[in-house]
Amino acid sequence: MNLGTIRNTLSLRSFFEASASDTPIKNVYISDLLSDVIANSEEGSLWITLQTHINIVAVAVMKNIPAIILANGRKPDEETIQKARSEGIVLLGSDQHSFEIAGKLYAMLHPK
Amino acid sequence: MTPVRIVGRATGIGLDIIAVSDHNSAEHTEITQEIARKHLLTVLPAMEITTSEEVHILALFETVEDCGVVQDEVYNAISTNPSYRHDETSQPVINDKEEILFFNRLPLINATSIPLTALIELVHKNHGIAIASHIDREYFGIISQLGFIPDGLPLDAVEVSFRVRSYQEAVNIIPHQNYPVVSFSDSHHLRDIGRRITEFSMEAPTVEEIARCLRGEDERRVRVVY
Repeated sequence: MNLGTIRNTLSLRSFFEASASDTPIKNVYISDLLSDVIANSEEGSLWITLQTHINIVAVAVMKNIPAIILANGRKPDEETIQKARSEGIVLLGSDQHSFEIAGKLYAMLHPK
Repeated sequence: MTPVRIVGRATGIGLDIIAVSDHNSAEHTEITQEIARKHLLTVLPAMEITTSEEVHILALFETVEDCGVVQDEVYNAISTNPSYRHDETSQPVINDKEEILFFNRLPLINATSIPLTALIELVHKNHGIAIASHIDREYFGIISQLGFIPDGLPLDAVEVSFRVRSYQEAVNIIPHQNYPVVSFSDSHHLRDIGRRITEFSMEAPTVEEIARCLRGEDERRVRVVY
């Protein structure tokens, strides 16, 4: 599964133009505690969160997280967008809440 | 916890300064100051404010007026989800005769919509100081919520809870950043008052002097009694 397919299938919005469509995604992590993401997320996961603070970008860089999905219609701070762009982290958004997004992703990543 | 009993306990154990820092509210400041007036106890206007990231920031102010300006902003920014059912009689404001004056009906336990950086700016603009509360804790601490303290965040100090037993233990939480470290009791019950104190060597019990201590100006010093 790659990021472009996920973005299109879930109709995720992009907060800036980014070309990472062929980035492979093997796992997903959901947490709003950044300390928990640092401690427990698997490297390279896609990350779903409600947090929009600039620190999410640094955590993504630290854990090789290629893309972050902001759930529940959350909008990133402007400095978060700038930082994500400069660090090459894809910032996506959805009006759905984490469970809805996760359910769809789980089905995509673990087809019967 | 009522203003009379807080002052009684604080003076009983010999504290010089306390801050009544309710969550997202400062309704008890003047009442407590009035009761403390006949003792040698200073009561600083304060709030423990929840940012949009769910980080607790302890804000201390010089005057009731400055604190009130920030309180108004906080009240406007508290999330009031209509489906949130909280007990409307759980937040009484109590006077010096231990009578209930009114109930604060805002859900003060909720987060505000004010982001961390904007909140620190707001506190500074109103001559206050902003301290990241209980950074060692897993709930509502800046590190639990944000993973680490963002570079250049203009906090005046960081606070560790009474659970932290030494300076070294405190420093180990943020080994690469040298914010001044303070530690307070974070009392939610009378018996908690005084379980941790921080000493400030300063000329007067004011927030301006505390700020000068935190900057280490002249002979001013901060010492946590671990």
